Amino acid sequence: MRVTLHIQKFNPETDSKPHEEPYRLDIGRGTTVLEALMRLKNETDGTLTFRYACRSAICGSCAMEINGTEKLACMTQIRPELERHGEVRVGPLKNLPVIKDLVVGMQPFWEKVRSIRPWLDPLPHEQVDPIAMRNAYKAFNNVEACIMCGACVAACTVYEVSKGFAGPAALAKAWRFAADPREAAVAERLEGLQGDGGIWDCTRCNYCVEVCPKDVKPMEAIILLRRASIQSGLTQTMGSRHITSFVDIIRHEGRLNEGLMPMKVIGFRIKDFLRILPLGIKMFLKGKVPFPFKLKPAIPGIKQVRAIFEARSQEKRKKG
Amino acid sequence: MKYALYTGCAAKGACPELYQSTMHVTKRLGIEVVEMLNASCCGAGVITEADPDLALAINARTFAQAEALGLNIMTICGTCQGVMGMANHRLKTEEGLLDRINLMLAPEGVKYNGRVEVKHLLWIIVGEIGVEALQRHVTRPLENLRIAPFYGCYILRPSKYLGFDDPENPVSLEKVISALSAHPVDYEGKTKCCGFPLVLEKELIAIGMVGANLKEAKDEGADALVTPCPLCHMNLDIYQERAGKKIGEKLALPIFHLPQLIGLAMGFTPKELGLPHHLVSTENVVEKIQLKV
Repeated sequence: MRVTLHIQKFNPETDSKPHEEPYRLDIGRGTTVLEALMRLKNETDGTLTFRYACRSAICGSCAMEINGTEKLACMTQIRPELERHGEVRVGPLKNLPVIKDLVVGMQPFWEKVRSIRPWLDPLPHEQVDPIAMRNAYKAFNNVEACIMCGACVAACTVYEVSKGFAGPAALAKAWRFAADPREAAVAERLEGLQGDGGIWDCTRCNYCVEVCPKDVKPMEAIILLRRASIQSGLTQTMGSRHITSFVDIIRHEGRLNEGLMPMKVIGFRIKDFLRILPLGIKMFLKGKVPFPFKLKPAIPGIKQVRAIFEARSQEKRKKG
Repeated sequence: MKYALYTGCAAKGACPELYQSTMHVTKRLGIEVVEMLNASCCGAGVITEADPDLALAINARTFAQAEALGLNIMTICGTCQGVMGMANHRLKTEEGLLDRINLMLAPEGVKYNGRVEVKHLLWIIVGEIGVEALQRHVTRPLENLRIAPFYGCYILRPSKYLGFDDPENPVSLEKVISALSAHPVDYEGKTKCCGFPLVLEKELIAIGMVGANLKEAKDEGADALVTPCPLCHMNLDIYQERAGKKIGEKLALPIFHLPQLIGLAMGFTPKELGLPHHLVSTENVVEKIQLKV
């Protein structure tokens, strides 16, 4: 079968901006994008530049954008792509600087990973809980499967607009060490992730979960870090207040009270209150702000909802 | 066709226009709805962050209510759809989970048997009613309008729990837009995040997302956006002016809830569809289809 691959080319020494070039070649039933790129380089265009090593989804070097989505070229076959999108467009990962053609600079990526201290600060051997060690693998929630390909960072909708964000790969790695029963500095680790660029910058868009070729689910790791932070008493960030206030309101009223929620999240931060006040007034004038302090704010079935909350906390108490 | 209508919180709070327009449009389409007045919030993914089992339990309660009615659930919020769809999928497929969650419901005599389906209005229109049938209800074709679809996150991802649209190449909103005789605008931002979950605590990031997505849609010639998620609607509408200021652009892009756009093409008045509730004026669009406010 003869197909055309539209490949983004960019040579910073000669080009002012990237452009797409069509490459035609014959492919077999299972030909992958990486195999096609290798053949094109050998047979058609020796300047075509891309990065690869293992060819079997282990090394993480060949992540790129295929038809708009971050994928490993070595595990993406061309025919299903054609069937799904009607074309095959190949470009470099987004959100990272392009060095040439399909190769991006991974420096910003590694800096973020390094910033979360990706090594153990070990407890003395005798203090490690042997039972927890046996279950540690499960606690990692599959983040140890990460091959550092950068697909999640390229797909991250927060990193796209805020380069200070640590990003999904680094934060998944942070969970791997925070969840390790041998780690001595769990509290310091969690504390270090509370500020700008940390765990509360994630918008939970699920893109990293969707594109990860190894099912690492970075967003779930971020949620685990958030939960661990709240459980360890780090409850003063607006991010953590968002969660605790939300749960509180649903327990009492069954439904979100959109008039009360912003006040509970912001608390006594005058600057932030003044920041949202003008919008609150505009919304009020448009009939968009429900009155926050109704006499009977709860839904008709609230008794059952509260009973479920109660049953759940009893269950938790039993488990200790 | 009959569904248990799960409105979610937004349609009963900050987006009364979504509720209004849903009622008009479902009636016109011949969908009978029974509103689930006793249902609680789905947790919006936030309760899951604190306690996943608790979030599953309150959703199982909602599913049990629909089960007792013998009806499947219609959602009108992309976030509700994502959260409830994922909860339902897990309850039905993970071994022992349903029994464990039912234990929490037992003291109130509630039990969910895993026999309910949860579907967004968009999926019901495209998958069950069909766009041809929708087209037959169009009395005021939106011929001059270029509409940018904005899917939002939870109606597409994680796709293994949802499975209606292809998350890489969704088409259902485009199908609806075309059925109303408007032109769908293609742009990268259509599957991205609106930033709503961050807007209270990290406003700069959230409005950065609003600005980037709306500018892209506008550069592609969009007259307005349509979204199946009221949380996206809130962020894109309420924070649009601030987002525009941040990127130095006058955006002025009206944002429609899905049933509002359909309702316009069905001939409902702007007031019936709750357009005056919007912060970004919809007048330009209404004028373009020659209709007096």
